This record gives sequence, C-alpha cells and structure tokens, in this order.
Amino acid sequence: MQERIMTSSGALAEALHEEMSRDESIFIIGEDLVSHAGIFGQFVGIPEKFPGRIIDTPISETCIVGSGLGAAMTGMRPIVDLHFSDFVTCAMDEIANQAAKIRYMFGAQVSLPMVIWCPDGAGLRAAAQHSQSLESWFVHTPGLKVVVPSEPADVKGLIKASIREDNPIMFFQHKKLFAKEGHVPEEDYIIPLGQAAIKRDGKDVSLLTYGSGYYLSAEAADELKKMDIDAEIVDLRTLKPVDMDTVGTSIKKTHRAVIVHEACLTGGFGAELTALIQSELFDYLDAPVTRVGAKDVPIPFSPPLEDFVLPSVSDVVNAVKAVTYR
Amino acid sequence: MVTVRQFETMAGEMFAGGKIPGFIHLSIGQEGSSVGVCSVLRPDDYLTTTHRGHGHMIAKGADLNKMVAELFGKKTGYCKGKGGSMHIADFSIGFLGANGVVAGGLPIITGAGLSIKMRKTDQVAICFFGDGASNRGPVHEAMNMASIWKLPVIFCVENNQFASTTRTSYACSVEDIATRAAGYNMPGVSVDANDILAVRKAATKAVARARKGEGPTLLENKTYRIRGHFEGDPQKYRNDDEIASWKDKLDPINRFAKVLTQKKVLNEKKIQQIWDEVAAKLQAAVAFAEESPFPEPEEALDDLFVNP
Repeated sequence: MQERIMTSSGALAEALHEEMSRDESIFIIGEDLVSHAGIFGQFVGIPEKFPGRIIDTPISETCIVGSGLGAAMTGMRPIVDLHFSDFVTCAMDEIANQAAKIRYMFGAQVSLPMVIWCPDGAGLRAAAQHSQSLESWFVHTPGLKVVVPSEPADVKGLIKASIREDNPIMFFQHKKLFAKEGHVPEEDYIIPLGQAAIKRDGKDVSLLTYGSGYYLSAEAADELKKMDIDAEIVDLRTLKPVDMDTVGTSIKKTHRAVIVHEACLTGGFGAELTALIQSELFDYLDAPVTRVGAKDVPIPFSPPLEDFVLPSVSDVVNAVKAVTYR
Repeated sequence: MVTVRQFETMAGEMFAGGKIPGFIHLSIGQEGSSVGVCSVLRPDDYLTTTHRGHGHMIAKGADLNKMVAELFGKKTGYCKGKGGSMHIADFSIGFLGANGVVAGGLPIITGAGLSIKMRKTDQVAICFFGDGASNRGPVHEAMNMASIWKLPVIFCVENNQFASTTRTSYACSVEDIATRAAGYNMPGVSVDANDILAVRKAATKAVARARKGEGPTLLENKTYRIRGHFEGDPQKYRNDDEIASWKDKLDPINRFAKVLTQKKVLNEKKIQQIWDEVAAKLQAAVAFAEESPFPEPEEALDDLFVNP
C-alpha cells in the first residue's frame, strides 16, 4: 500500500473538507477561525472553500457552545471549536446541563448532531489554564460521547464518524500532536465510535491508552522490548462508549494491564477502566491493574516542573516492570 | 389567557393534591405577556422559555393532554415523563424547551437565530427569560452575538418583580431592563404587560424587525408574579396587600375582558362561556393524564442517544 503521510492537523482539515462538501448543514463556529484558519492551522483552506460556513465569534464560550446547540436543534450540524479545551469551564452549563440532557429530558423529541472540538493537553509550557486533559469530566456526564484520537489516521476516521453522529460529541485533540505525521487513508475513511485498535501486538502486558498516551506507550514499548518484555498497545480512541471487547481480548492474552493517560491520576479515566477490568476480567489477571498519569497538581509553567508532573516513558516502563515482576 | 390561567390554577391544585411531583412554578398574572407575544408568532417560529413556561407553551399551541400528562410524570406526556414541568418541549411547534437553568435559553435561541439566518428562512426565534436571568452572564454574550450578526431574535424579559424571592428593585442595576439594550445597539422597549394589547403592539414591531433581517430587539414585559416563586413558597418577602393590589386592578384577563366588553365584542354571558369551554378542555386533559400509565421504570434507560 502506498503510504500517504500527513500531519494530524492536515488529517483534520482533509476530513472537514470532505464532510463539508458532502453535507451543507455542517458549519464550524468559534474564535479566531477565519483569518488564521484556526490557531493551529487546522482549518486550512476551509474559509476559502466554504465561505459563511466557518464563523468567527466574539470571545463568548458560553454562547458559542449554546448557539451550536440551538443550531443543532434546528437542522444544522455544527462543529464548535473551543479554542482550548480548558475553556469548557466557561461553557459547562451548555455542555453538561444542556447538550448532554436535552434529548433525554425532552423524551427523544430531538437529536443533537454537534461536535465540540477541544484542543487539549500539556507539554507546550502553556501552564495551568491552557494545558489540561479534562476528558473524564465528560465521561462522567451521561448524554455525551467522548472521543480522543492519537494518530493522524485516527483523527480523520474519528472526526468523520463524529460529524455523522446525531449525538453530542466531545472530541479532544492534543495540541502537541498536531504536527505528528502518519499514514492517512485517502478514501472516505470512517472509524466507528466505540472501536479500540490494537496498534502493537505483544504477549506480556497490555498498555491501555489514548491520545498522547499512545505515543508515550509506543516509546515505552520500544524500551521494554530491549528488556525482552513484549508490550501490546490498545489505543482506546473512544472513551465513551469504551470498547471493552478489545480490552478483554488483549488482557486475556497478556493477563496484565497498565493504563496510560496524560490526565492527572485521581478520578481520571484510568480509574473507571480499572473498575471495569476488575469486574469483567478479574479471573484473567495475574497482577493488579496499574495506572500511569500526571501528578495531581495543576500543570506548572517552568519546564522542569511541567516535565516532572507529566507522565514519562520511564513511568510507563516502571509500571510495566512492576506488574511483570521484573 | 383564560386557558393559561385555568391551566396554572389546575396545576397548583393538582400539585397541592399530590398529583404533580417535584416543583412547579406558576405564571398566574403574567398571561398578558405569554399570550400577547405568542399571538404574533407563526407556528414555525422558535421559542425557548424558563422554569415558569407553561403559559408560553400553551400560547404557542401545545397539546393540553400531553402537557398535563408530562406534569403528572406519565408515559403519554410530551417527554414521556422524563422532563416534567421545568423541562418540557414540543419541537413540532418550534417550542425548543423550557429550561431549568436561569438564562439557559438565551444561548440556545441565539443558535436557533443563527440557524435561521444560515438556512435563509424568514422564521424568527424568541426567548422568554426573567428579570433574574437578565443579571446572568449568558445574557450579555447572547445579546452581543445576536446584535453583531443581526439575528432574527427577540429577547423577551418578563420582569415580574421577583427573581425567586429577591426583589428586582434590589437585584437589578436599572429600573427598566430594556435600557440595557442600548449596550447592544438594539431597540429596547418596556411595556405594561398586563395590557395584552400593548404587548401585542410591541411584539408585532419586534417580530417584524426580526423577520425583515434587521436584527434583535429586547422587549421588557413588566408584570407581576401573583403566586410564589414555586408552589409552597412561604413568601416572607411580601405581604397580601401588595399581591391584592395587582390582582384586583391590574389582572390582565379582567383588563382585556373590560376592553372587549366596552367594544361589545364580549358580554358577561360570552365570557362565562369561554371560561366554561376552557374548563371542560382542561378537565378532559386531567382525565387523560390520570388515566395514562406511568412509564415502566426501565424506560429511564431509553432516549439518551440516537444510537448508543
């Protein structure tokens, strides 16, 4: 197969071009979109090709998300750009009290085809208010689906699936991964939500991960290989619904699980996944499920501080060594 | 107005009698606002409202049977018993929902207005909210956004003198909330909303402006909340004389009936006939709700997603 190497932001732009050409009701709304084609260049070419369907707003996160919601209720398919995922706090009522609940509390009279696109994550020295990984808040809110792609192909396949969903989607794309390159299928490539991928086969331990944790796990797996530990990587891709079938397939083979995410540890998605694994797969485990995540403080600014707080390759390696009793 | 009044009166009685669970917030005394504004809307226009939204829903053309059934928590209700009084909607008549969050409807209606503009129809979108909501942040964002894009939106603040138990005169920086419209470069109009004809006149103008693509209006309907914030509110913040002064002289239904009687459109007999007809309709709606089954408990797990 011919490799088709693209960046994550290129994959996003390609998917949006394809979807917006296919369906006129899709539009993008958010801050600083038109002149810069998004602050990460993620919407390149869209302002020219789809004038009027990528809309600059005032700095009004509450009303940006709320207006997406009102548009979704009345026949449109908005993609709401939250600029930085940290700003969800300014629109939390619109997301948690409105978007997540409207279909349910109105007895399924309406559907809400809306993607809330949230650039998230740390590592850019952007400090406490521009670096968070907040996905678990939304996993804990019934009525939302939560998608966290890692590689460029996942970005394309998952954003296309999310846009075609008739449900509200929280889509977290890591800021530091926009420039990451990888093969991206040219065709109308869709990854159904709720499908994890085993991205590296191994027999000794399952690294269960998503988003930036995938790259951390891939590096750790290379290190572990040198120690003759064969790590399998399961990229969850969607946290809600989560693909426990694939998780189960992997754990039944390796009997050990290490969960890797960039979000801080306490109350993170790893906690939920650990609970699911112990209730569904207890008999297959040869070691306790272990989690690797950021330390429980806000993300600090100074490089040595930030690096210390974020999970590292050696944290993953050490966790694997512990569960493999090495 | 008579339907709204009798619906609310019935709801109060049914709540007191234990037929309606939870909380209800009644709009008795505010019928001039809900009916006056909705009388100039088309069925395909959009509307959002508040926790005190029964009147807006009825005036927009909702089915009384389904409304009462929803308040009773029955399977045949608008939301199959999942929403109740504060979270009720009828998308078939453009009623995009009551909202349990104060000011929750303003960002949504702004989006409905944007959708109208993008789809190039001549619908309008109207949001009812209270004087309490007018002090919340989303109002600022929504009015600014609707103004810069000239969206076909009418922001209708119902100033009923109280935000929950706090007087508007204490909580609001201005006497006329409509004056805040100046900050958003849109017209702001205050009307005596217990005079339905005054409301209709102001709403007609605001709707026409929106439909022509000239942008939003802030319409302040000044009225008075005869009942407590919720049914069962001990109302320690006001006395009976104050309530009576509004009830007796300023009641929007009596005032309009007087006008119509003077113009010989109505007489006492005809007025009684209207009240009787409405009473019969409501009686049937209550019977429908009472005879309807509750949802099966397991139905609590349905309707979250279009596909799971």
